[in-house]
Amino acid sequence: METSIVKIEHLNKSFGNNIVLADMNLVVNKSENLVVLGKSGSGKSVLIKCLIGLLKPDDGNIILLGKDITKLNDDELNLLRKKVGFLFQSAALYDSMTVRENLEFPLRGEKAICKEEIDALVIEALRNVGLENAINKMPSELSGGMRKRVGLARTLILKPEIILYDEPTTGLDPITAKEISHLILDIQKKYNAAAIIITHDVECARITANRMIIIKEGKTLIEGTFKELSEDTDEWIHSFFQ
Amino acid sequence: MLEYYNTKQMEKSAILEQNDATENGFIKTLTDFFEGVSLLTKFTIRFFRQAFKPPFEFKEIIKQSYIIGYQSFPLVAITGFIMGLVITIQSRPTLVQFGAESWLPGMVAVSMIREIAPVITALIFAGKVGSGIGAELASMKVTEQIDAMEVSGINPFKYLVVTRILAATITLPMLSIIADAISLYGSYIGVNLKNDVSLRLFFLQAFQSLSFSDLFPSLFKTFFFGFSVGLIGCYKGYNCKKGTEGVGIAANSSVVFGSLAIFIIDMIAVQITSLLNC
Repeated sequence: METSIVKIEHLNKSFGNNIVLADMNLVVNKSENLVVLGKSGSGKSVLIKCLIGLLKPDDGNIILLGKDITKLNDDELNLLRKKVGFLFQSAALYDSMTVRENLEFPLRGEKAICKEEIDALVIEALRNVGLENAINKMPSELSGGMRKRVGLARTLILKPEIILYDEPTTGLDPITAKEISHLILDIQKKYNAAAIIITHDVECARITANRMIIIKEGKTLIEGTFKELSEDTDEWIHSFFQ
Repeated sequence: MLEYYNTKQMEKSAILEQNDATENGFIKTLTDFFEGVSLLTKFTIRFFRQAFKPPFEFKEIIKQSYIIGYQSFPLVAITGFIMGLVITIQSRPTLVQFGAESWLPGMVAVSMIREIAPVITALIFAGKVGSGIGAELASMKVTEQIDAMEVSGINPFKYLVVTRILAATITLPMLSIIADAISLYGSYIGVNLKNDVSLRLFFLQAFQSLSFSDLFPSLFKTFFFGFSVGLIGCYKGYNCKKGTEGVGIAANSSVVFGSLAIFIIDMIAVQITSLLNC
């Protein structure tokens, strides 16, 4: 039985002469938190943007939930995206909408859902991130950590099968960063969803990872558990964990 | 002698390098221009494809029409009133010289309705709405809000671009009609600063000079003005680059190119109208 929900094969992506991803291969299994660690500019964010179809790869296959996204048209891709959550580095909340409207927005066009059900989903998603009191606030009234939580609630509202986190703890103080990391872990347990967590925060990786890869120059350098990688003798890899 | 020769050679190569740089700069400007035209054309085609494809965002179109149209009303009303008043006051001495003071309402009505009110309203609209759309979409782009919509499975082009362009296309003609009416009222006040003319007589004289062929082309071209302001604002904002610096550039260029487009469309419209009148 196929257990992988993401399979990336021989992925290449470059911007002009700058090669960002070079023959990248990756597999994510069901209900697994995969942490992708790497230096800034190593191609981590480009990897997940290719995965969700925000960037078009130059070459290679991206199989997401059994479908090759490089071969899908816009409508098919939009349907598939409803099963995928994406937490942006900046949370990317719609700043002209309240928290409630931000959460309701991905449910647009879901004809089978009535107003009461939408309200219940919004409350449930906010409760899962501990922010039900912020429902009527504007994004500008929220702190950095709260914005990340609302962003996460917005990705949860469609009950995704996989969540992509782009540097979820960047720009947060250590305590809030730890809270977000634990929240990611709680969500994995509660929603049974797989996740790809892009980060260079080792503490976040330690808390959230079931498996990790480190990428260097657009390629997977090493793969393993947090313990295996942190005990690796390679100087460059070891420098991440110091 | 050798030193003189070397200096001359260096001067010569510097001039050649400068010429090369100028030539390369010119070619780059030309390439950028045609690339811009091609991208704008693709953007327009995408708009027409998306505009007629369900689901339609009626609620958002109404919301944008309110923001774009209703909230521009006070500015357009004040501008229209001042335009009517000023043109009446400025034109009076010349008409008095020729003993044609009674033509004042008719002359102001023709010039305002045919040309001045639609164009000035469109320019005001480009300044207020074009820059607003450009800045809003650009800031959404740089803060990844447009990407967030896309990954939620919502079509951001349909939700953000199509609705704003349609709202601009619908509301500008309405604002132009309002500006026409208020400018005539401004003109009536202007006439009454030195004369005593009743409102009924003023409007009777004004409308005697007007025909359907004055009103229709001027109203028709405002649809194109509104479309071009919306299209250029959305194009500049949606394709914003260079982070926060790009937001300023998008807002600024939306106004500049929007205003330029208004004049070009007006020139074409005047040519077509005069050909049809012949």
